[in-house]
Amino acid sequence: MNSATELLAADGRQVRHRIFDVRTIREDFPLLKRQVHGKPLVYLDNAATSQKPQMVIDTVNRYYAEENANIHRGAYYLSEKATQAYEDARVKVQRFLHAPSEREIIFTRSVTEAINLVMHCYGRKILNAGDEVIISAMEHHSNIVPWQILCEEKGAILRVVPIDDAGEFLLDEFAKLLSPKTKLVAVTHVSNALGTITPVRQIVDMAHHRHIPVLIDGAQAVPHFEVDVQELDCEFYGFSGHKLYGPTGIGILYGKAELLEAMPPYQGGGDMIRSVTFEKTIYAPIPSKFEAGTPHIEGGIGLGAAIDYLEGIGMEAINAYEQELLAYAMKAVGAIPGVRIFGTAREKAGVISFSLEGVHPHDIATILDQEGIAIRTGHHCAQPVMERFGVPAMARASLAFYNTKAEIDALVAGIHKVKEVFG
Amino acid sequence: MSDLRELYQELIIDHSKRPRNFKVLEAANRKLEGYNPLCGDKITVFLELEHERVKNVSFQGSGCAISTASASVMTESVKGKTLAEAEALFDIFHQMVTGKPPDAENAPELGKLAVFAGVSEFPARVKCATLAWHTLRAALQGKGDTVSTE
Repeated sequence: MNSATELLAADGRQVRHRIFDVRTIREDFPLLKRQVHGKPLVYLDNAATSQKPQMVIDTVNRYYAEENANIHRGAYYLSEKATQAYEDARVKVQRFLHAPSEREIIFTRSVTEAINLVMHCYGRKILNAGDEVIISAMEHHSNIVPWQILCEEKGAILRVVPIDDAGEFLLDEFAKLLSPKTKLVAVTHVSNALGTITPVRQIVDMAHHRHIPVLIDGAQAVPHFEVDVQELDCEFYGFSGHKLYGPTGIGILYGKAELLEAMPPYQGGGDMIRSVTFEKTIYAPIPSKFEAGTPHIEGGIGLGAAIDYLEGIGMEAINAYEQELLAYAMKAVGAIPGVRIFGTAREKAGVISFSLEGVHPHDIATILDQEGIAIRTGHHCAQPVMERFGVPAMARASLAFYNTKAEIDALVAGIHKVKEVFG
Repeated sequence: MSDLRELYQELIIDHSKRPRNFKVLEAANRKLEGYNPLCGDKITVFLELEHERVKNVSFQGSGCAISTASASVMTESVKGKTLAEAEALFDIFHQMVTGKPPDAENAPELGKLAVFAGVSEFPARVKCATLAWHTLRAALQGKGDTVSTE
């Protein structure tokens, strides 16, 4: 049997995918081998942050041990090597998102900063008093608060597309909110609290029908399935590196070149200029215009390594495995008497949010932690979602392709233990 | 299971399921809300003070087992105490759940409050155990705003 399959990528590159085998994949993640409270770690908080494959850790280490120099500056060997590695990473991100050009890939700190960049440099320019911005009821706070700040500043109005009891994005309600006053639509691709995959393709179509630009928060989408920004045709797409098996402190904003070129810079400083005199400064072309100061070089390079790693497995194989695991987990956790699952959308990715009758999510998390099981508890930075379902908090298990059915079984056993403690 | 039983003692489970003095106190002359933004726990403490003494105390709100049980046992512990005695109880309780030795020479008896000693082994849960107490102390001191653990 072959250990890998050969594929021809859309851009003509030969891509080798290894055969998906979760046991060998787990070997790539050193942290998964550790124990917590004397039990093997069962890491189910991947929507908060993912663990890192050795390849990413080694790449960051090697950068500091062998290539560290500031980029875009020095006319010497090391600086050229570092610059090359950083710009190679940008091209990897471009290919990963299927963006037309690497000029449309801006390195940021996080998806939060990507959204704030669009708010400052684009929203501020297009929004006037009485205008409207549309978001959904299942946004992370990072795709709510920037728009609230902007609307308050401009005297504009924030409109919210409601969700139903399953956590589905309601396209009919969205259609009703679209109007000549709508200047921007900003929606999540996958809900971090409910796992819902939103119908972004239709959302973009409906908005574009009225010439309204769309920003998509892809933080919870890119780790789970292939994203093609040209196929989506969205104006902006953002994600965070650390949820994609890369380092923290690095994020991505994709934007259509003609919009980015028309936007003012985000921050002033080094690296974002072509020339500076005290009379006039000429800004650098995109993407440098939006990348003032020495960037998070090892973060960018590490993210590039994470994308290489994922490409070696293939997002299709990752998605197929995760969907099977998610279905198994939804069924197993949902079958426990007293458990209520939040988020039962037809299309979901990676998230099982739940409550247990008579037990607060914090107590669930503490007891599971004693079993070595890491889950998230609280409002998941999505307080409006908690309000929608009438609960102060939820417990959330979120999956990665290195999780196993045995770990789901451990979660189920852990929840039974919670019930035992609370008798 | 042993560590867990240290935290989730029978008395704590009992008070979390059947909290005492869990009601609005009509005769209250002080009322204060406490909030833990990290987990969304909310509590309202009602105080009826008479001649520098806690004549009656109650609470309402939603929270985890630790915070609900802590509020419940707290109301039982401070009822009838003077302001100074209640303050002293706050101090020794806080020292216990944060794992510090008592610093007062004449520290009051913990009584039932001692069941929360296990909390010190769970740093992430200290704020759950102290939310009600911080709210009570602010109410005793006559502070008007919502108390936050952050």
